[in-house]
Order: sequence, then C-alpha cells, then structure tokens
Amino acid sequence: MRAQTVIPSKPSPPAAPPKPPVSAVEMGARQREISVSEFFTKNRHLLGFDNPRKALLTCVKEAVDNALDACEEAGILPDVVVKLEVAGNGEAPPPASQASRFRITVTDNGPGIVRQQIPPIFAKLLYGSKFHRLRMSRGQQGIGISAAGMYGQLTTGKPVQIISRTSGRAPAHYFEVQIDTKKNEPRILEKKQIAWEVPRGTQVTLEIEGRYQKGRASVDEYLEQTIIANPHVKLTYLAPDGETKEYPRTYDQLPPTPREIKPHPYGIELGMLLKMLQDTKSHSVSGFLAGDFSRMSPRLAEEVCKTAGLSPRARPRDVHGEAAEALYKTIQSTKIMAPSTNCLSPIGERAILSGLYQQIKGDFYTAVTRPPAVYRGNPFVIEAGLAYGRGPDQGKDGQERKEVPLAEGETAGPNESELARVIRYANRVPLLYQQSSCASYKAVLDTTWRNYGVPQSRGAVPAGPMVIFVHMASVWVPFTSESKEAIAEYDEIRKEITLALRECGRRLGAFLRRRERAHSEDRRRNIFELYIEEVVESCNRLKGGRLPTAKLKEQLQRMAMRRTGGERTDAVLGRSGGGPEGLPHSIIVTADGVEGDVPVPIGEGRPDAASSNGAVEEEATSGKPARRAGKRKGRGTKTATKRRARARRGKA
Amino acid sequence: MARKPRKVGAVEKKLVGVADLVISAAQRRKDPTIAIPVRALSNINFNERKGLIEMGKRKQARSFFNVGMAKKFMQTVLVADALCELQRANLTTSLREIYYRTKHTIRNSHENTLDTQDESDPLIEDLEVTLEALREELHVRAENAGSVVGPLVLVDDGDQVDCARLGKGGYSVPSIVEPEYLQIRRCTADFVLLVEKGTQWNRLSEDKFWRRYNCVLLTGNGQPPRGVRRLARRLHEEKRLPVYVLVDNDPWGYYIYSVIKQGSINLAFESQRMAIPKAKFIGLSSADPEAYGLPRNVGIRLNGKDTARARELLGYSWFQKKGWQEEIKRMLSSGLKYELDALANKDFQYLTKKYLPRKLKEQDWLD
Repeated sequence: MRAQTVIPSKPSPPAAPPKPPVSAVEMGARQREISVSEFFTKNRHLLGFDNPRKALLTCVKEAVDNALDACEEAGILPDVVVKLEVAGNGEAPPPASQASRFRITVTDNGPGIVRQQIPPIFAKLLYGSKFHRLRMSRGQQGIGISAAGMYGQLTTGKPVQIISRTSGRAPAHYFEVQIDTKKNEPRILEKKQIAWEVPRGTQVTLEIEGRYQKGRASVDEYLEQTIIANPHVKLTYLAPDGETKEYPRTYDQLPPTPREIKPHPYGIELGMLLKMLQDTKSHSVSGFLAGDFSRMSPRLAEEVCKTAGLSPRARPRDVHGEAAEALYKTIQSTKIMAPSTNCLSPIGERAILSGLYQQIKGDFYTAVTRPPAVYRGNPFVIEAGLAYGRGPDQGKDGQERKEVPLAEGETAGPNESELARVIRYANRVPLLYQQSSCASYKAVLDTTWRNYGVPQSRGAVPAGPMVIFVHMASVWVPFTSESKEAIAEYDEIRKEITLALRECGRRLGAFLRRRERAHSEDRRRNIFELYIEEVVESCNRLKGGRLPTAKLKEQLQRMAMRRTGGERTDAVLGRSGGGPEGLPHSIIVTADGVEGDVPVPIGEGRPDAASSNGAVEEEATSGKPARRAGKRKGRGTKTATKRRARARRGKA
Repeated sequence: MARKPRKVGAVEKKLVGVADLVISAAQRRKDPTIAIPVRALSNINFNERKGLIEMGKRKQARSFFNVGMAKKFMQTVLVADALCELQRANLTTSLREIYYRTKHTIRNSHENTLDTQDESDPLIEDLEVTLEALREELHVRAENAGSVVGPLVLVDDGDQVDCARLGKGGYSVPSIVEPEYLQIRRCTADFVLLVEKGTQWNRLSEDKFWRRYNCVLLTGNGQPPRGVRRLARRLHEEKRLPVYVLVDNDPWGYYIYSVIKQGSINLAFESQRMAIPKAKFIGLSSADPEAYGLPRNVGIRLNGKDTARARELLGYSWFQKKGWQEEIKRMLSSGLKYELDALANKDFQYLTKKYLPRKLKEQDWLD
C-alpha cells in the first residue's frame, strides 16, 4: 500500500482512488495456526534438506544417530548396517552417480521400540525423549528422523518403513507410516507382525530424492568420520555402487552412560525461571531452588531467598513480577558451584587415538581431553586430536619419484599447498557443513601453528598433511541452526578448544623437533660428504688433474666426521628404541614400526597387547583392517623380527 | 675470433689459488675458508678527493664446514673451476653459460649443484672482488646492451668501425671494450652525451643531433652496462672529452648518474676503471619543469618506493653537495617525477631542438 503512495509514478487519473485499506476484521480472518510440519515443509533447508545431495546425507545421518543413541542408552555395543540403494521407481535403476532416487536402510542391534511408540517417533515432529532432559546425546530436539521421513514423503510419496523387535521372544512389528503435515500427527498406512531374522533391533527404510556423490560432505565421509569418533561401533556400509565397506570395532568399551542432570541456575533465563516456578511440585521457594536445580544446597537456597528479599517459605506460584526478577538477579550474582560433569561422556584420549590411527594414515597421532568446563550453566568437555604425516608407506613412494634430476623451477618436495583438514564433532556426530562459521574451525585458525613447526598463512588453516579433530561433548551443544552444522561461539567454548589444540600442537611440535634433530645431524654429514666429492673434483681440475684426490678427500672426510659428532650420530639415527617419551597419548609411526598405545581390533588381537606401552605385538599387524594389512604384507619378516626384539627389550 | 695475447696465467694463477687454499687447509686440518670482501653499503667509502666510491676492508669468511655455507663454498670452487677452464681455452662466455656449465646433479643424490642462475651470478662477483680480477679479465661478458653513434672510429677485432656511418642504429657496444679488444682509432667529438633511455637516444640519433653539436651519443638502455661505462671512461680519459648524463627525473635516474660518476656500491672495486668523477648531470632536473614550462599533468606522482629511494640518496655521502640536496629535496617537495619522454608533450623534437641546445648554451648542469 505504502509503496504506491511513495513512488511518484505516472500521474494516475484522479478517477481511480486508492483501494481502501483492509479492515482489522478481514485481517483477523486470515490469521491461522501454522503447524510445525507445515512450517518445515516450506523451510526444509533449516533442517538440512537444502539440496538433494545434502538431503541424502541428512537422512542417513539422522537414522544412524538415532540407532547409536538407542544402542548406547541400552548399554549395547552398536552394530549398525547402512545400506544405500538406487530406487528404480519401476524402471531399471540408473547408475548411482546419475540416480536421483535412493532407498536408505539402517539396521541396528539396539533395544528396539515398543509397538505404540513407533508411529509418533517416526512420523511426528518434535516428539522425542531427549528434549526435556539435560543429558548428553546425539539427538536433541526430536525433529531429525521424522523430518527425514517427511522429506521422503514430500519428494517420493513413499512412507517410512520400520521393523522393530524388542527381544528374541517378542514378535517383530512392521509399520508403514506417514506424517499428516497439517496436524503433525502420524498416519499409519500398514502395520503387521512379520518374521524377522534379527533377534533384536530396529530397521528404518526411507525412500527419498537425493544425489550420491563421493568426496567432501558425502555419506562416505560422514560414516568414516563417525567411525573415527566412535571406535566402539561396528559398521557395515553397502554403498550404492555395489561396494561394501566394513569398519570393525576397534575399542570394546561403551562410553560410560551419561547421567541426567537438573539445570544449573546460571544456565536459565528469566522466562524459564518463571515457568519453573509455576510448574514446580515444591511448596516453598527454597525447596524449589534446592530441589529443581543442580548445585543448590538448602542452605544456599535460603541465603539466596534472603538476599532477594523473599521469604524462603513463600509459595513458588506466588512469586512473579518484580520478586521473580529480583530472585533471578540474585541467583546470577551468587557464587554457585559449577555443575557436575558426570552427565558428560567424552570419547576419551585412548578411543580418539584408536579412531584416528585406524582411519587415517600418518606418522604421528595424539589426542587431548580437556577437563570439563561450563558455558551458561551447561557443562561441556572439549577434546582434540591430531594425525600428522603421510605414513611411512607414502614416504617411500615419494622417494621413488625423486630419482629424476630436477630441472630449474622444479621442486622435489611434496605438494606444499596441501592444507590441513579439520574434522569437527558435536556429541560424537560429525559436522560436515558450515565449517567456516563453527567455533572449532575458528579456533583452529586462531591457533598459531607456526609455533609448533607447521607452516600457516595468515587467516588460513595450517598447511601440511594433517587432520585436526575437534569434539565438543555437552548436555546442550549450542548449534548455530536447527540443522546442527556449526557450534556457536561462546568465549568459554572457544577458550577450551584453543587450549586443547595448543596441547596437541605442543606435542606435534615436540615430535617434529625430535624427528628433525635426528635427521639434521645426518643431513649435515651428508651435505659435507656430498660436497666433498664436488670440491675435490673441482680442485683437481683447477690443478690440472695432478692432484692426489684420494688423499684430499680422506682429509676432508675425517674433518667432516669430527665436526658432526662422529659415531654418536649413528647411535641417534640407529634409534635405540623406546616409546614416545614426554608425549602422552600419542602414537608415532615410522618405517621401522610403531611407538605408543596402539589399538588392536577387538576379537582378533589380545586386549592386553594394547596396554603395554611401546611394545607392539606381531598380532597387531595381522588384525589390522584391510587397508593397513595389505600394505604391510609386502614388507619382509626382517622388520617384524626387529619389532619383536624391541618388544622383548621393552618388557625386560 | 683472433685473440690478443694476455698477461699469461695471471688470472689463471689466481683461480688456481682457490684450489691451493682448500688443499693447504686440509693438510693443516683447518676448515677451508675463503675471505670475500663485503659488497654492501656498509663496506664502502666515498673518496672525496678522487670522487670515487672505494671498497672498504671488511671481509666475510666463507667456510666449508658450516652447514649454512657448505653449498655456497662448493659452488664457489665449481665456478672458479669453470672460469679457469675459460682462461685455459681462451674463450669468453656469458653469465648464463657459466651457470649451465657448472650445473649438474651431485653424484648419489637428487641435489643439483646449482638450481638457478641467481645462485651463480653473485659467486662470479664474489670471485671478481676476492681475486681482484675484473669480469673482463675473467672472460665473462654481458649482453651487448648499449649503442654508440658519432664522429668516432673504432677498431674491433681488426675491423674498422666508423660510428658516423652506421645510420640511426649505430654501433652496438660490446661488453668488453678493453684496449686489447677495442681500439679508439680517431675521435673528433667535443663531448660525450650518455642518455639513459634508448628511445631518447633514438630521437637524438634520428635528428642527427651528434652531427650538429659534434658529440658522441651513448646509451645503456637503463643502468648502463660495464661496456658502455668503460667506453665513456676511455673517451673521457684518452680523448679528454667531457661526459654529460641525460636521465629521467626520478631517484633511479639520479642513481644511474651517480654510478657513472662515482661507481656503484655493488662493484665498488671497479670504480677505479669505470667511474668518471667529472661527469655532469645535464637533465632532467627537478627545476626543469618550471624552467621549460612543462605542464604539471605530464608528471607522475612519486610512489612510496620512489620517496624511500630518494631519501636514501639524500643520505649517500656523494650526494652531499648543496646543489644535489636541493635537487632531490625539490623533487620530494613537488611529489612528482618526470620522464624524458614527457618533453614530447611540447613537440616531438623538443629535446633535440630546444631543450639540449639551451642546456648546453646555459651550461645548466649539476656536478
């Protein structure tokens, strides 16, 4: 309306008066309730369904997250099968790279779901067990899987299929459900009891429109990163191109079950306090404070009431307005103990190391778990890890390549423009999108990696063959959006991440320096030895070929030897063995073997082998996943013997 | 090419000395070390009496058993070897050929003795100063990067070259112009005009400026190479001709003039043979735009580098004369630099017909 009056367009004939404004009644008649489902149908990008490729990832992610959460809560070591198939839609299915329709099937060995709960869990938005409690879990809101189902329903019209069985004795239930977008209620299309070979667990099948493409932020990458942070999971992945990937379990301890906690007084806002005052079952304000919050002793509660000018025996329901605000302010200014942190279940240094070591090739691995910290009354733990280098095998390939003499402008070194890769996690879930707005990525940028011997250009991630792992575990991870892609920046979080990264950096620096020190003596002698030849030959030519070259060479070589530490260097280079001293929770891999806590795949290696520091058993090699085992086979038994000899020495 | 006999073995002996140094050090179990005079502003003195930049006495040691210097030491010996080979075969060569001659992959390694020419060039200069041998004596030549035209007859390799009969193009000055290679048979000119830029030299040559004012026109296309400087010096010394320098009005032009006059910082040891302490700066002066009515809009704003360089020049001891301090400060305060080419703004032939005649008539130059 206003626009019409403002724009001095062509003078309209006065005969046509502007339309009369809409009356309040008419406007009122247009107001309608919007159901959550309708809202998300229109705004599906908020949930991570922006484009077909991302949608495929989001669906897999939601299903896998749910499966893992369920298994862990029930105390079962997760055994998950992810199957991606091209859905033909009646015709012959196109190749995976061109297909636009996929069927996702995720099967777990979890506790199963009781029959009545299946429809709302899979076909009702904002229905879940995790929102109303303060406990660490992958899912938070109860949107994920039902949104995935809704997306499938929207793009292919196919319902979500669920099979679930709670125990070997109970029957398996089969459901086909859809969501009624207007009412946000499940619509059951089919339900029956079926025979299912799985004794216990849940299987979800979704058919959606999507695109399968490998590389960055792909399903493959997501699963690989999931395994790094969850080495206790056994995962089988059947890719749409017919490939099957098996990720064996490499860590046989379930993460300790996180405890549920009450909110910490620092973490709530005034509105929340008002609501809690209304809802509480306590009969007095002091009882309410002491009972409904963590870290509030009855004595402290009475003190707070007095400072706020309230009677500790006042009825909570009568506290509102100014009194409530005074109470709120008093709480915020009172010194209260930090929340308990047993509600958190960090991955742990051993497990991170194990995950990185199994999935990423490198020369050096390390992991740091920070002590718990608190932001806005929410406890959290930051963990960081690092895998550096290309692994001893890669180094060898490089040397073969260098045999050709180098022309002007050529360099022998590896591609130096390679940048580090940052892998981010929140409550063990990989975050694949919006890297640059995530607190953990920013903390990586802010760390001065140059101090640790890694090159870094201004405002960029460090350069080099390196993977940086950052994990935040919290009862409530502050995401920047509903699609859970980036961690919001709280100063406390940033600080903890930075501290964890610095510790990793320090260890990396120590490793690099140690390696450099051993090499540099060697190189020094080598340069002299290389150049002695040249100098002697030149001198001989200058003297017209009449020089006793052997004598001059010997004289110079003797000097070179004396100046570089003589036999001592050989001892250093011969590497007299021993674990990585001064580098806790780290693994060093060299062509000769491995130092540090080396994880052993479960069920094949002896579990005690993993705990003997510095000693690597032969079994460790045989039980490695295919990637490593294949590479190692080529190497002769000589190294194996050496390694065993070292192991024996270590024990003695 | 026919070659004149030289002081046999003098330079060769010096080069072999490098090998002797290594051998005797090895025998005494000492680290072989070459003492190289430092080629930097910190190690030069301006001899006011002679009007020359002279090299100081500071030397830097280059020793073999030092990780940072080992490779350079090896390269220095290699280059000495290559230079000695030239002496024995009595050939001349270019810097780049020396680079290729000494480059090879070290046995049993993936390392090259040299990676780029940038590594070998300074080594040749190092040897020049260390052995006190001129580059020509080492048989290393540069590109023929200068031209000369005028009433001058030269003998080059036995061929008589009359520089008055070579059209507009003139004679290309070889990089080695020592009397053994190039003789000045006759010169009837009254002065030498050394022009910074080839374009302006072309203008003067095309307009036969040299015929009208009876002079030798020389150019070095920018910073004049050794051959051009040495030829100017010989004309000045042997034929007693005054030398005038015509350069752009910017700090780089001033420095070109000072190199011709006093010698350069890098090759201070050669000033003795190259510098012309009596050379005069004829233009373009920072006073000229006003005197000759050049409009402000043909000037170019001084950028940060220009200003910094000008400030450096102000500090050099050979720019301490009052006239020069004024000249440079005037440029800095105007904030503009002018190219010689800007004179074309008034007329294509302004340089030939108005500017230079008036300058010469008024004797308007700086010393």
